[in-house]
Amino acid sequence: MKAISTAKLTKYYGKNRGILDVDLSVTEGDFFGFIGPNGAGKSTTIRTLLGFISPSGGSAEILGQNVQKDRTKILADIGYLPSETAFYNGLRVRDILRFSADLRKQDCRTEAARLCERLALDPAQKIHALSLGNRKKVGIVCALQHKPRLYVLDEPTSGLDPLMQREFYAILQERNREGATIFLSSHILSEVQRYCKHAAIIRNGRIAATDSVEKLGHTGARRVTLYGITKTPHLDGIRDIKHTDHSLSFLYNGTPQQLLETLALLPLTDFTVSEPSLEEIFMHYYTEEES
Amino acid sequence: MIICRHEWKTGRISLAVWTLAIISLLTVCIFIYPEMAEQMEELNDTFSQMGSFSYAFGMDKINFGEFIGFFGVECGNILGLGGALFAALLGISSLSKEEKGQTAEFLLSHPISRVQILAEKLSCIVFQITLLNAAAIAATAFAAAAIGESPDLRTMALLFLAYFLMQLEIAFICFGISAFLRQGGVGIGLGLAASFYFLNLIANLASKAKFLKYLTPFGYTESADIITDQTINGCYAACGALFAAAGITAAFVWYCRKDIT
Repeated sequence: MKAISTAKLTKYYGKNRGILDVDLSVTEGDFFGFIGPNGAGKSTTIRTLLGFISPSGGSAEILGQNVQKDRTKILADIGYLPSETAFYNGLRVRDILRFSADLRKQDCRTEAARLCERLALDPAQKIHALSLGNRKKVGIVCALQHKPRLYVLDEPTSGLDPLMQREFYAILQERNREGATIFLSSHILSEVQRYCKHAAIIRNGRIAATDSVEKLGHTGARRVTLYGITKTPHLDGIRDIKHTDHSLSFLYNGTPQQLLETLALLPLTDFTVSEPSLEEIFMHYYTEEES
Repeated sequence: MIICRHEWKTGRISLAVWTLAIISLLTVCIFIYPEMAEQMEELNDTFSQMGSFSYAFGMDKINFGEFIGFFGVECGNILGLGGALFAALLGISSLSKEEKGQTAEFLLSHPISRVQILAEKLSCIVFQITLLNAAAIAATAFAAAAIGESPDLRTMALLFLAYFLMQLEIAFICFGISAFLRQGGVGIGLGLAASFYFLNLIANLASKAKFLKYLTPFGYTESADIITDQTINGCYAACGALFAAAGITAAFVWYCRKDIT
């Protein structure tokens, strides 16, 4: 079964573009990354999926149910973490966790206590006295305490220190192994590369690419670094050229023969050919679209 | 009733402050009546012959020398205006505070329909207004007994019913407006309640502006009319009910399709 499935999902804010013809397919049990820079449409997609905003066109299903018609039923199976967590001032952490559990008509006290301990969150603290990171932790416990089938996490690690980020991902991986689907948006490519099985790249409201993280990294392009020269060689299919004092590097998308023939004629002291990082792939999709 | 309970929990201090302020003023006002009543013979003529001022507050129609007349004007203004401002505050902030405080996303990410959110928030508004009025009735009964007054129960009931209905109407209209707001609208709510009050004063002053009584809920809470006619004006109250219904309908129709951004 598909955990998330959208078909030409479109959202306009008046005349302004939100998302355009977004086709997403996330299989149940997947750990899916949704990558894009700020303003690309990640949050708009998520808000449309959760029914906060109505789509201008297209359709979306979560766990086989229509997001508009069956919104309430769907939300019972979702744990959502917004990018900016905000709660009711004047209440304590435990009040918020209890309120969230009550709204789901569930007793989550045991799981909430376990999560608070793992995330080093004091349930007795007042919400207004919490730091940004601790507020994020409250959001995480709210999203995780009822053990949903699908986790929708919008930039989940913003505000968390590296140790907490690691603990948070450890919990997500446990949940994923237990069968839950994780769908997270991020602009931190290294975490997507490290934890996600599949990913989609969104640019200017449109899906630029979607595949397994492994395949997204195999675009055929290579990062070539040449030492001993600083002048760019005449070679077709190169871009993203970076110069240093004694070297230059570029992304190469041509044939190996052509590359080797050209390099053989250059006064190189050394050279490396490596797979580009996901960050470079990301830039690849962006520059490709722009050109 | 989880949201209703939550609303009650987060709003109870505000309710306590408003209730205490209103019943304190009411009680003080009732306690100074015996002292004023001694000089009322002279004052009654003065109050009823103060021209526009007397018309504006209906003092030309009622006997200030009687407790019910004094209560209708003085205490009516306290509970009428104070209650109206509190009701406006409750209604206008009910939905808009969620978007202003960015808690709407938190609330809507739970398996609860928007209709249920609206219904529970509305229930809590009615509950809080009911509590405030119950406290005002209890304080009035206590203070009136303490000074040895036993006003006509039917008239008192009509006065309190009118204030209660007026507060509900203002709260429901503001609730409707609240659904359209993305930021807090306290100024809009309080301004609207104050405008309603002044519209009634204008309607009392100028006979050509009498039609304003159909627009303002203070039209059917006019204590001078209630005491004199021994009834609440049905036409004005029916118009009020229509405005209240329009407010609730607007809230449900708009909020259920509103984009929460």
